[in-house]
Amino acid sequence: MNYNWNWGIFFEASPEGTGTYLGMLLSGLRWTIVTALCAWVIALVFGSLVGVMRTLPSRSANWFASVYVEFFRNIPLIVQLFLWYFVLPELLPRAAGLWLKQLPNAAFWTAFIGIGFYMSARVAEQVRSGIGALPRGQAMAGKALGLTTAQTYRYVLLPMAFRIILPPLTSEFLNTIKNTSVALTIGLLELTARARSMQEFSFQVFEAFTAATLLYLLVNAVVVTGMRFLERKVAVPGYVAMK
Amino acid sequence: MFTDFDFSVIFSNLPYLFFDGMRFTLMLTALATVGGVVLGTLIALMRLSGIPGVSHFAAGYTNLMRSLPFVLVIFWFYFLLPYVGQWVIGASRPIAVGAFMSALVTFTLFEAAYFSEIMRAGIQSIPRGQVSAGYALGLRYWQVMSYVILPQAFRNMLQVLLTQTIILFQDTSLVYVLSITDFLGAASKIAQRDGRLVEMYLFAAVVYFAISFALSQIVRQLQARTAIVR
Repeated sequence: MNYNWNWGIFFEASPEGTGTYLGMLLSGLRWTIVTALCAWVIALVFGSLVGVMRTLPSRSANWFASVYVEFFRNIPLIVQLFLWYFVLPELLPRAAGLWLKQLPNAAFWTAFIGIGFYMSARVAEQVRSGIGALPRGQAMAGKALGLTTAQTYRYVLLPMAFRIILPPLTSEFLNTIKNTSVALTIGLLELTARARSMQEFSFQVFEAFTAATLLYLLVNAVVVTGMRFLERKVAVPGYVAMK
Repeated sequence: MFTDFDFSVIFSNLPYLFFDGMRFTLMLTALATVGGVVLGTLIALMRLSGIPGVSHFAAGYTNLMRSLPFVLVIFWFYFLLPYVGQWVIGASRPIAVGAFMSALVTFTLFEAAYFSEIMRAGIQSIPRGQVSAGYALGLRYWQVMSYVILPQAFRNMLQVLLTQTIILFQDTSLVYVLSITDFLGAASKIAQRDGRLVEMYLFAAVVYFAISFALSQIVRQLQARTAIVR
């Protein structure tokens, strides 16, 4: 294989003049993490709301929630990002569109909102199946105790449902982190984009991608460990099967 | 709201969008699904084989692929394949791998990791007694697998496999990062050539939605028809 390996490349100065190639990758990692966390907040909030709506007795809430989920689930993420980034500013009134286009860090805002809503449809499905996994008697018991629907969800159903879906939510969070890499198509300088530009500047393609791969694996490991800890911490003894 | 927009750009470019773009997308989806399911089944069998090195390799491969972003994997293979090709045919320099070939290999290898997890669950859903029964009848390993276990595993997992295929169909849009003319690539090229971003991206979204939604409804129908009553 005639490829010139040069692992020292990470400590050489990058052409941006602000630091080394390693620093460039780490700044990409920071954008990846920040974007993923912001997107995860949106995904959790809207996902929980829509997931709850799918389990409500109201017909119209149900219908709205299914349309929401089908809409965000059946369009590829990259197309959704293009819709937010290129199409939305044109459809708004002129002044608002201009303001949107001139926002500093427009790629970041678009990425976290776009990925957030995309993931919220998946979170909604998890929340729905979590609530569906509870015995029907729990909702009835809440009603029999005189709780309102909102109180039943707040005090009876959701606390248990979220504990049940914690493992699938972990993998949805990991998906959120992975999906931030799609945002490189709208110019977000996250980890994959940084590895790519390091490859373009230095021609050390395999070193750059190896480093990015290791950083993604590291983030994965941290998240998985953290969520295991959280699962143990919030487990209700005797309810969810524990090892 | 739509007064400034010219949707006729879509109609005048329909042949390019569908014959160049969508054909690439559908070909890639179909071939990568077939390749991914075959390879995924083999990986699942390797993982369940219990042979120390083999099952560790299969588990490691699956976990590695599943913890990396697809975009990064696409770049990895795009740059790695010319060197692999050189090594395989013993050429003196890295060989040129076509865009379609590169995308096909990437998608097959990547999706195989996801398909292998589905097939592993499918194989494990078959009671162990059936394997023993197969051996008791004098069948060999491959006969037990191909006549007894895998047909049932496929049947149990049909819905999940098809759902994964729909996800794969949506994922093919990511070849955009290699500037390949798939459906999204075709739409985007026209969008940039004619300055019609809004029209083309909206149209792309509608088409992707229509196909994915229709397929997921078909999968649901199919599930109702093929479900085994126990």
